[in-house]
Amino acid sequence: MFTDEQLEKKVQDILCEEFELDAEKLKPQANLYEDLGLDSLDAVDLVVALEQGFGIKLTDEEAVRSVRTLDDLYALLRKIRDQRMGS
Amino acid sequence: MGKDYRFVKRRVVITGMGAVSPYGLGVDKFIRGIWTNTSAVTVMEEWEDRGLRSHLAAPVPDFDVKKAVHRMFRRNMGGMALYAAIAAREAVEDSKIDSSLLAAGRVGVVMGSTTGSPEAYEAFYEKFFPDRRAHGIKSGLFFKIMGHTCSANTAQFLGVSGEQWASVSACASSSQAIGLGFLLISSGRQDVMICGGADEVHHTVTMVFDVVGAASLRNSNPDTTPSPFDVRRDGVVCGGGSGVVMLESLEHARRRGARIYGEIAGFGNTTDSGHISNPSPLAMKNAMLNAIKEAGITRDDISYVNAHATGTVTGDAAEAEAISMIFGKRAPVSSLKGHFGHTLGAAGSLETIAVLKMIERQELVPTLNLDEPAPDCNNINLLRKFEKMPVCSVLKNNFALGGVNTSIVLRSVD
Repeated sequence: MFTDEQLEKKVQDILCEEFELDAEKLKPQANLYEDLGLDSLDAVDLVVALEQGFGIKLTDEEAVRSVRTLDDLYALLRKIRDQRMGS
Repeated sequence: MGKDYRFVKRRVVITGMGAVSPYGLGVDKFIRGIWTNTSAVTVMEEWEDRGLRSHLAAPVPDFDVKKAVHRMFRRNMGGMALYAAIAAREAVEDSKIDSSLLAAGRVGVVMGSTTGSPEAYEAFYEKFFPDRRAHGIKSGLFFKIMGHTCSANTAQFLGVSGEQWASVSACASSSQAIGLGFLLISSGRQDVMICGGADEVHHTVTMVFDVVGAASLRNSNPDTTPSPFDVRRDGVVCGGGSGVVMLESLEHARRRGARIYGEIAGFGNTTDSGHISNPSPLAMKNAMLNAIKEAGITRDDISYVNAHATGTVTGDAAEAEAISMIFGKRAPVSSLKGHFGHTLGAAGSLETIAVLKMIERQELVPTLNLDEPAPDCNNINLLRKFEKMPVCSVLKNNFALGGVNTSIVLRSVD
């Protein structure tokens, strides 16, 4: 299982790789759409990349849609990690 | 009531050119490769494991794609759409058209290719086939696969808002794109059309020709094949790239002081419904005659024929017969396939660019790898060396499996 730090680092690596983003822009409060320039198609691809990267399924579409910032994304992934640990 | 454009007939000229070819990025590299008689054919060693007998191709050399096209556009582009967009950008820049016109509704795009990106198809089915389920499929894959991937991506990339068309007719895709652009401008529906086509080298594409015994097997001598009209010709070598030309009404071009490379004076387009793969000299001949007629000239006005001739046994002989029926041994004839292979959806437009340079330089380029004319092709005037001569009106042939036969009259403009 990933520590919080490892989880965030992995998300950042995925974003840099998938969307060719500058790592310096990946502040926790950065808005994925307004600050990082992602769009609706990128959101689809982000889900695919996260599922592959973390070996998970992001099935809660409502929760995914509500993600706006990197912090939101970290929180969602931490929640999924914790649920898996609990089960 | 809007203006009735149906009977408006306007002259159509070429004001810009862009190329991504087996010689690299840009028209300059493309033209240099041809005029230095350089073969762009190479051995694809990795194809030995693909069950192919032919291991030959003329791919676009690697380049920095990240530098060439921004990710937001590139994510939806397979190789062919990437080539199309880059070539189209070069053509637009070359034409020096005001970029604000691109989004004003009077500039359109027509681009063709044989299919969508074969590499993307393979990627999709690799994901899909193990359990026949859609998972892990990225959003851009469909936009790479769809039949109009080249036109759609080019329009998005350049911000074009006029008519978008996709001419998907294999090896005649880009000659039909030029023909359609010509019709749209001639009729008054559009002022400018960004016309061309693209294709990418992929083992499944060469496989099509390999299966029917029409791919060259000269794996140990890549720079001697394909050899159009030659007695030893043994099939096609597929290439990749994109050629794009800016077509514009003569009036529009003159009004903005554009450089004019030449005129599209006529477009012949006939169907051979007798057989889906066997070429028909009669249908080829009729395409050429229709183009000549539309141009308002006679066969005697044609300075040169740029043949489709891909190096197949049956195709070259049929085209030679068709040309012979019109010109006998008068008009010089050559094919550019020996230089950079058969670029399929890009062939018509890339070769058109080369022909425009022949008109500009008043110099004809011979067929590379034509060492000994075949008896069944020697009924025409096969050009054997570079020749300086007056080049005014040229017939540019392109044919495709499925019975598609096209011929364009390209003419110099005073």
